[in-house]
Amino acid sequence: MRYGGADGTLAVSGLEMAVKRGEFAAVVGPSGCGKSTLMKLVTGLHIPQRGVVTVAGTHVTKPVSIVGMAFQNPTMLPWRTTLDNVLLPLEIVEKHKKRLRRHKKEYVEQAEHLLETVGLKGFGSKYPWQLSGGMQQRANLCRALIHEPDLLMLDEPFGALDAFTREELWQVIRDLHASQDVTIVLVTHDLREAVFLADTVHVMSARPGRILKVHDITFERPRDISLMYESRFNDVVQALRGEIADARVAA
Amino acid sequence: MSATETSEPVALPVEPERKPFNWLPLMPWIYTVALFVLWELGVRLSGLPHTILPAPTRIFEAIVQYWGAIQRHSLQTLYTTTVGFLLAVVAGMALGLLVGWSRMIYAGLYPIMVGFNAIPKVAVVPILVIWFGIGTIPAILTAFLIAFFPIVVNVATGLATIEPETEDVLRALGAKKMDIMLKVGIPRSMPYFFGSLKIAITLAFVGSVISETIAANSGLGFMMASAQSQFNVPLVFAGLVMLAIEGIAMYALMAWIEKRTTGWAHRSQTMAG
Repeated sequence: MRYGGADGTLAVSGLEMAVKRGEFAAVVGPSGCGKSTLMKLVTGLHIPQRGVVTVAGTHVTKPVSIVGMAFQNPTMLPWRTTLDNVLLPLEIVEKHKKRLRRHKKEYVEQAEHLLETVGLKGFGSKYPWQLSGGMQQRANLCRALIHEPDLLMLDEPFGALDAFTREELWQVIRDLHASQDVTIVLVTHDLREAVFLADTVHVMSARPGRILKVHDITFERPRDISLMYESRFNDVVQALRGEIADARVAA
Repeated sequence: MSATETSEPVALPVEPERKPFNWLPLMPWIYTVALFVLWELGVRLSGLPHTILPAPTRIFEAIVQYWGAIQRHSLQTLYTTTVGFLLAVVAGMALGLLVGWSRMIYAGLYPIMVGFNAIPKVAVVPILVIWFGIGTIPAILTAFLIAFFPIVVNVATGLATIEPETEDVLRALGAKKMDIMLKVGIPRSMPYFFGSLKIAITLAFVGSVISETIAANSGLGFMMASAQSQFNVPLVFAGLVMLAIEGIAMYALMAWIEKRTTGWAHRSQTMAG
């Protein structure tokens, strides 16, 4: 995948990656290695010049609508209440668009249930700018999940949060993944986050990005946050850290 | 901390809570009155003849004396300005959406619009007169032409500054360009749009008065031009005062509409937590 014509930046090249259904995959790598490009390729926002992307058995040639996305920036729409923000994808996705008006109540219940899951019960009628950064990011996750996507793409969603909120949201994501049949791809630069949450951690090389190595994280689920302070956890993180340092030097 | 909250059993004399008088809403009136008082004093002390600078009391006399004519001309100006302004709102909104819709259209139309905006509208009035004759229509069109540009630019800016992440989230769901416009673009450009109305309405007055001054037989512009030719300077100033009043009233109306419709964009002032 190359940006801006033939002389443009080659963002990713020879990138090969497979994620099984229901798997939680994390992608880590040095900064500028094309992680965000990977997101755009998978979701069909960009179409690769060479090679194929296959999602749910179909060759991606246009934006796939079975995916939910969340970015570091929560991008809530300030003129909508939190609940309406969460319901927004339903007004877009064809499947739900037609049903929305008649089954509004059912969807609202579903949204409220989701908000409750992430600890935002009773905040639906608030406007996003009345919420804290962490709360907005929770609502953002709800919005990414409301249309029951088969695939959830998270691009450093916890990057801008403080350490405590981040830990809390890790647990929220962990529980969501455990309770729903959803495949998650998490792009992050936080190795501990990747190891704590994911089944597989994919290490990317410096630009042009490709996958250097895939680690299977075998810690039993459900994982408790205290796992992060055990030595076997730190060993894995340490190993990953070494690889990324190598990838940076190679650049 | 107020006296009522202290729990210590000290026998302090309870002071009645005195609310400081809120001067803020009165400030515009105080400053306006002060301006007129200074003006009056300045004219009286310097002994300037009222054919050069009439004192406010003299202007007020003129307003009373010519009230019938002033009222008629004021309403005419208000009429041409409002119609021109409304046309500018409709056309400006439409063109703004078009320009914001596509970068191709934007690139193509922008230089033309800038060029058009740079033309002094006073130079356009004679052409309008050739086409439509003197009177109401050139005034409306001049008001329209001058008020139109800020609306287009603001609406287009609102659309052009959609966060790319928001667009990605929606496009990944299969949103069409139209969906993104309706759900994000248009609501997002509304604060810009209503903000531009305040600029546009004041410009619309400039446009209609220019046209009335050059080619009309009614309206404040016409009234002032003919008063000037008769050296009736107090009446000229009376016209200016009426214009200022109409301008302030319409501006306040636009500001009120802006606040009512897009309160979410002004949260820092209206919401404190």
